[in-house]
Amino acid sequence: MPPPQSTASAMNMIAALLEQRSGQQIAANRAWRIETALKPILRERGLANLDELVAQLVAARSGELGDQVVDALLNQETSFFRDAAVLDAVGDAVQEMRHQVSDRRLRIWSAGCSTGQEPLSLAMLFAERGMGDGLCAPEIVATDLSPAALARARSGKFSQFEIQRGLPVRRMMTWFDSQGGDWVAKHDLVRRVQFRQHNLTADPAPPGKFDIILCRNVLLYFSPAMRRTVFDVLSSAIRPGGLLVLGAGETVIGQTEHFTPSERFRGFYRAAIPSLHTSRAAAAG
Amino acid sequence: MKTCLVVDDSKVIRKVARHILETLDFEVREAGDGREALDSCLDTPPDVILLDWNMPVMSGMDFLRALKDSGLPTRPKVVFCTTENGMAYIRAAIEAGADEYVMKPFDRETLESKLQIVGVA
Repeated sequence: MPPPQSTASAMNMIAALLEQRSGQQIAANRAWRIETALKPILRERGLANLDELVAQLVAARSGELGDQVVDALLNQETSFFRDAAVLDAVGDAVQEMRHQVSDRRLRIWSAGCSTGQEPLSLAMLFAERGMGDGLCAPEIVATDLSPAALARARSGKFSQFEIQRGLPVRRMMTWFDSQGGDWVAKHDLVRRVQFRQHNLTADPAPPGKFDIILCRNVLLYFSPAMRRTVFDVLSSAIRPGGLLVLGAGETVIGQTEHFTPSERFRGFYRAAIPSLHTSRAAAAG
Repeated sequence: MKTCLVVDDSKVIRKVARHILETLDFEVREAGDGREALDSCLDTPPDVILLDWNMPVMSGMDFLRALKDSGLPTRPKVVFCTTENGMAYIRAAIEAGADEYVMKPFDRETLESKLQIVGVA
């Protein structure tokens, strides 16, 4: 006899857990993803359906099972040099900023970096443009909510399918070594990125101010209210006049006053620069 | 519409590649070995060639050398597509003039990504 089907109520509870922990929402027409993504956990624990999983989640004393469930549900879709023209434009922006800032390293934040392809792509790009070492080399901080994704990012290990998506073969030859069926980033590449766990919807921004923040294809999973919260976090972390880079289908328009479309870099958003009047008022207050 | 010549001695691989390429809006031609592929290129050069390594009559590497010597005014982009997945093979293919390299097995995303990298998709 086939196991009883999961109830809508169990799916809703798991979707609520995901939103509570990560801010990510699952659209009603994609609810099937919950069962598909959690199948390995059901199998591993010998559970017949999501209702039995919910029962275990409620009974569990530690949050370990909840972490596992959230981790499995997070969308980790990414690839090397995703929207390559956008990353090229980031390279151009960094080169321009270097002319204005020569006494310190520029700082880049890759927020929601998943398994690391975006920050590693940036590191390759900067090194290839002569910005790989010393003061010229931007500091790259890459964060994600998922410990599993970050562990993979730190290992620099990618499957044959992952390595071939977006990564030109010459770059693969330069920056990766073959290991069994996998491809492993050379230490010289991985060392250029600082990977840290961070929850965009609950944690304060990483310390220090950033010149450029990339937060691509992350906000689209959040509710409008949660997006505003995240824009506040991003705004608190960026230098005045710094650049915010979102995914192709994402925008700041109508969602935050902290950023406005950049005139110089199409599709990028410029962080507001406090006016002299506002700054003086703030100082006086 | 761009043209892709799929060169592989496996009918199954040619069929899979054709299916993917047609969904990417390519006109697809097929060849079962390097010799057939060379004749096809000399007749009407495609925009891009998806090239297997090990084939009877003429291998992918021999085809690549012959293509270089053929005097075609515009050389098609060449993407190796092979089970030879070691770094030494990849390096040899690139040094011989291949533009990109796909390690089998491949899927639609991989193929599309590599065709974008060589500027034909």
